Amino acid sequence: MTVAERAADKGRNQRRKATSVVMLSVTGLATALAVVPLVWILAYVTREGGRFLTPEFFTSMPTPVGVQGGGVANAIVGSAILVGLASLFAIPPGLLAALYASRRPNSPLGLALRFGTDVLSGVPSIVVGIFAYTLIVLPQRHFSALAGGLALAVIMLPTVIRSTEEMLKLVPRDLREASLALGAPEWKTAAKVILPAAIDGVITGIMLGVARVAGEAAPLMLTSFGNSYLSTSIGEPIAALPHTIFVYAIAPYKDWHDKAWTTALVLIALVLALNVSARLIMSWRKRRLGGR
Amino acid sequence: MTRSVVAAAFERTPAWRRRTNRALAHGDRPFWGIVLAAAVLVLLIAGAIGFELWANSAQARSAFGWAFLWTATWDPVTGEFGALPFIVGTLITSLLALLLAVPLSLGIAIFLSELAPEWLRAPLSFLVELLAAVPSVVYGLWGLYVLVPMVVQPVARVLHAALGFLPFFEGPVYGPSRLAASVILAIMITPTISAVSRDVFRAIPRGQREASLALGATQWETIWQVLVPYGLSGILGAVILGLGRALGETMAVTMVIGNNLDLSASLLHPGYTMSSIIVNEFTEAIYDLYLSALIEIGLALFLLTLVLNLIARLLVWNVGRRGPREARA
Repeated sequence: MTVAERAADKGRNQRRKATSVVMLSVTGLATALAVVPLVWILAYVTREGGRFLTPEFFTSMPTPVGVQGGGVANAIVGSAILVGLASLFAIPPGLLAALYASRRPNSPLGLALRFGTDVLSGVPSIVVGIFAYTLIVLPQRHFSALAGGLALAVIMLPTVIRSTEEMLKLVPRDLREASLALGAPEWKTAAKVILPAAIDGVITGIMLGVARVAGEAAPLMLTSFGNSYLSTSIGEPIAALPHTIFVYAIAPYKDWHDKAWTTALVLIALVLALNVSARLIMSWRKRRLGGR
Repeated sequence: MTRSVVAAAFERTPAWRRRTNRALAHGDRPFWGIVLAAAVLVLLIAGAIGFELWANSAQARSAFGWAFLWTATWDPVTGEFGALPFIVGTLITSLLALLLAVPLSLGIAIFLSELAPEWLRAPLSFLVELLAAVPSVVYGLWGLYVLVPMVVQPVARVLHAALGFLPFFEGPVYGPSRLAASVILAIMITPTISAVSRDVFRAIPRGQREASLALGATQWETIWQVLVPYGLSGILGAVILGLGRALGETMAVTMVIGNNLDLSASLLHPGYTMSSIIVNEFTEAIYDLYLSALIEIGLALFLLTLVLNLIARLLVWNVGRRGPREARA
């Protein structure tokens, strides 16, 4: 190697090292950049929404344009009913299907189930809204909380199945085998050994599912439609928090925009609290069971 | 002694109960029946969605045929319906969102899997994933009143001033626009793409990195020339998964895209997407053909996301299956 060649080599190596450092810093910047919208949204919603957040906001009904005060009690009750209906429809079949998926993952039905769960989780929520509309609203000829609950249940189902299945798989095989060896039938083993062993994981899965559907507005536009009065009937149109945000946000009134921010603060606090606690439980559980 | 207790219990049980217990496998047979029914129910729901969309769009399908997909007229008054403006709008916004989100997400995935110190990994991943938990309608609200006026519109003005001669940046500059929708979409799909590609990177065997570094490659060369090609199909899967999310996203897009049947190529003009026409006009569709046409758009959206998800799952699945086998070899 001549001196000139060695010098050229050294220069090239320095360039390579510099490229590496620059590109690696760029990936760090990208990560920082991705956190910006999250912080910005949280800060803005808290600032704008916090100004009008009073106890009255939770307990009183909406007021007409220009009238001070008022709240979103109807939407809070409505969201609770809708999410409750969705949980009622989605959790029992979700748990059982997850049980099947964790016991027979490679049987034909097990593979089909995984495929079906993937398909369901990929269906846009607006399309699920059309589905619930054709199934319930169209035959009945009126919007209802029931149709909204059904739409949310379909959206919730894959989340519940996936996370429950993952948690059931973490339960040590020995537990199941010990129970069967003692002569307990499968159903008793599932109900009294496997589910209790995975119960915190199952609950976190349900919490994530609830958080996911509590923020859905699109399918509700076609199914539960919204209601400016307090309704607790599942056969009637019903209000919901995300739907209320949409209606207030696109209206041309300043005081409604303020209410949209406050409602958004309530909704985002609920959804993030569910997510954060679910993930904390999940990581704690994985450390406990997954470390074997 | 023990035996006699068991025998006594056995003899105390009436013969008919012993028979039914045996026939039902001590409750396991009905139990498996119920579990099986739940598994089948999930498949039935997936099938029923497709069936309902197909059946309820029959009128529009027979009235317009395949031409529905490339007809640009959407006129409820005369009863002429074509989905072209919405299909174009959905494709433009989703693809532009990908263009913005993919480099960013790849950077995040690389940082989280290769560079971040152990103690920073979990909290950062968590923050990025929280971005996916923010409800769509809150993105819309923030987009409409904060992001669009403060960021997108100034950028659009600059783009128009600099590149206004191109049809993509034709004026006048509006606030709510295809560009605004794409930016919001990019933010919304970044957590999906980065989380899946991070998992893809983590599934790549250590040996690949060590071999490359041992040959004298820098860390960036290892990532770019070894890891990225190795995980390419998985990364592609992540991108397609993100595209699937972008195509179906409704509320946030509807709030910032301006909902206008503009057919120009300009990204700075308001537009319309398949999901936003459905959510805007569904409850106003006063006659059957109108409703049927909207449901057909839903059907197209369903099939599009179905196919994309299938491709994505196959691609991601491949890396997962290849990883452990090669690691063993």
